[in-house]
Amino acid sequence: MSTVAAHHDDDHHHAPPAGMKRWLFSTNHKDIGTMYLIFSLIMLFLGGGMAMLIRAELYMPGLQLLEPDLYNNMVTNHALIMVFGVVMPAAAGMANWMIPLMIGAPDMALPRLNNLSFWLLPAGATLLIMSVLAPFFGGGAPVNTGWTLYPPLSIQAGMSMDLLIFTLHVLGISSILASINIITTIINMRAPGMTMMKMPLFVWAWFFTAVLLIIVMPALAGGVTMLLFDRHFGTSFFDAAGGGDPVLFQHLFWFFGHPEVYVLLLPSIGVMGVVIPTFSRKPLFGYKSLVWGMVVLTILGCVVWAHHQYTIGMSVFATKYFMIGTILISIPVGLMIFNFVFTMWRGAMTFETPMLFSIAIIIMFSFAGATGVMLAVVPADLQYHDTYFVVAHFHYALIPGALFGLYAGVFYWLPKWTGHMYNEKLGKIFFWWTTIAFNVTFFPQHFSGLAGMPRRIVDYGVQFQEFNVISSIGGFAFGLSHLLFLYIIIQTVRGGKKAPAMPWEGAQIGTSGLEWTVSSPPPHHTFTTPPTVK
Amino acid sequence: MAESEQIAAQAAKIKASNRRVFLTLGMVAVLMFGFAFALVPLYRIICDVTGVNSVATNTTRVKASDVVDMVVDRSRLVTIEFDATINGNLPWEFKPSIKKVQVHPGERKQVSYYFKNNADHPVTTQSVPGVTPWQASRHFQKIECFCFNTQTLAAGEEVEMGLLFVVDAELPKEINTLTLSYTIMDIDRGKALEKPDLSAADNDYEGQSARRISMR
Repeated sequence: MSTVAAHHDDDHHHAPPAGMKRWLFSTNHKDIGTMYLIFSLIMLFLGGGMAMLIRAELYMPGLQLLEPDLYNNMVTNHALIMVFGVVMPAAAGMANWMIPLMIGAPDMALPRLNNLSFWLLPAGATLLIMSVLAPFFGGGAPVNTGWTLYPPLSIQAGMSMDLLIFTLHVLGISSILASINIITTIINMRAPGMTMMKMPLFVWAWFFTAVLLIIVMPALAGGVTMLLFDRHFGTSFFDAAGGGDPVLFQHLFWFFGHPEVYVLLLPSIGVMGVVIPTFSRKPLFGYKSLVWGMVVLTILGCVVWAHHQYTIGMSVFATKYFMIGTILISIPVGLMIFNFVFTMWRGAMTFETPMLFSIAIIIMFSFAGATGVMLAVVPADLQYHDTYFVVAHFHYALIPGALFGLYAGVFYWLPKWTGHMYNEKLGKIFFWWTTIAFNVTFFPQHFSGLAGMPRRIVDYGVQFQEFNVISSIGGFAFGLSHLLFLYIIIQTVRGGKKAPAMPWEGAQIGTSGLEWTVSSPPPHHTFTTPPTVK
Repeated sequence: MAESEQIAAQAAKIKASNRRVFLTLGMVAVLMFGFAFALVPLYRIICDVTGVNSVATNTTRVKASDVVDMVVDRSRLVTIEFDATINGNLPWEFKPSIKKVQVHPGERKQVSYYFKNNADHPVTTQSVPGVTPWQASRHFQKIECFCFNTQTLAAGEEVEMGLLFVVDAELPKEINTLTLSYTIMDIDRGKALEKPDLSAADNDYEGQSARRISMR
């Protein structure tokens, strides 16, 4: 519980080393956090560019821009980049920056492991980009399976698939190591007096995220390893011709894939858990119930995966079990939503950009929850399965639920990270622009999906054109808004109004978090002598 | 002096604790990796025991003597539909000689399937059956079936092979139609892994649909 373990590395008492060495060999949680955030920002534009190509292709029926296989490859990599390259690293970057500051630790528990966790990411990203490029240089068929990588199609793809499997291995190892590090930090490195139940909600949220990652990420690694064996070493884990079962891969994938949704969601719930009390100027309502809600969410999240597979023909008993389990998840999630609303109730609210994002998340994520319950119901899902209704549902879940939560975090902590206030006016413009564009993009997809437009297909019937035109225009506006986001960040990094140690008036209300006791930006080394929490 | 010693002792304690937590969690990760592989046999067992996976490949094989005194339920007629699929790019022809038959539960019935090897070399295959709906698979009992053995056909050879089956009387009342589907596979895994280049997409999409034999 003490923090005197600060003396792992000799350079801890000095200023950061100059030049590339500072970043390559960094064991400093703030520098590594910064690198995580920059990495995910770059990946955001890469994955976003792919989304723009998809929307451009779907602007009109017929084939205009992309070959069918390339289109499906874009769909696949858009998903993988956004999940593994953007949301997870961004959340890990925030964890690196904020968890030690919040709990009064001098650094992460395992600083060198931390360095490794980060530097595996560029390696993984390189493999992923090679996988995209290989088909253009005679590498066989591109990966056209969608991010689920279902066999037998994934067994038939060219060498791109192998590169993608290695990508998942590398990124998986990175996030497992990061998760181990975060849990170790939370358990061992808290300042004296910082009990578990005094930790800011963001720390708790990351604790459960890390638990989930350690449990499910290796299962995915095992699944894709078997895929690799089936492709090259003559095994038949998933190949029916040799006695395997392709459905087994679906189970393995979704055993990872469904908890992964909570991996993406929980850090943002954590951000909201610190942002909403700040701008409501009230302590967080129901802190304990939120923590226990996350326990329930973590457990339930691990045992309902097959609701993604109702159409494989499971027995009635099995589908019933997965349906009921899935609907039960709305209880802990609903509890979180109500706790946030009650935190705002009769608070002295102001609407800075992070708060705007948090409120928008509550509304839009609840909407995604409603469509999620629709999809959980077996007979209804058989109708909606693999349509744009599903696409609309999970984008409503993940863009507000994960991405906007991270945006809230970026605006909330930018002053702490950079020492400068961001331009509030531009921040609010960005919020309204991106939120409206997001809804214009994805709301019509509910209708085209209910009308039967299938997902992951390059072309569509002319009757869906109006919805797709609206969706594409919204999509372009949504993409464009991120240039403003980039501009705001660069502007804030380069200068602006000086930020005080506690830039938000209500930030310390009802929380023992120590992040506001250090200056903005914090010195290179913080809490080398342990602070005491009263 | 005493204070700095105390700090050093504290630091060592935390370092040891970090190590412990790291190793424990690392072990969990490794175990979960193993769990993925353990699921391969586990999944098969769970499916066998509970029948949660509908496309049951374990349709029942029985001895002819076992079904001698099986009661024939003349009050019901069940339609059996036959389906044939060729896995991958196997150059075979494979189809049922009759599209569907009607049988009384308990009544023995013989049908046949047509096989032809269009390759220029001998090929050995195995047929894998599946019955839908899954609830019926337990009650569809095969007395003789080509699927009990592998089939080796010389280049250009064609053959008809029989299937003798009985649907037992315990078949749930609500099931009036069941489909027996065979998928025929090249058992030489090395050859089966040789895939056509799918990047030549335009021609290939047609090729794949042609490869699936339509039923007469």
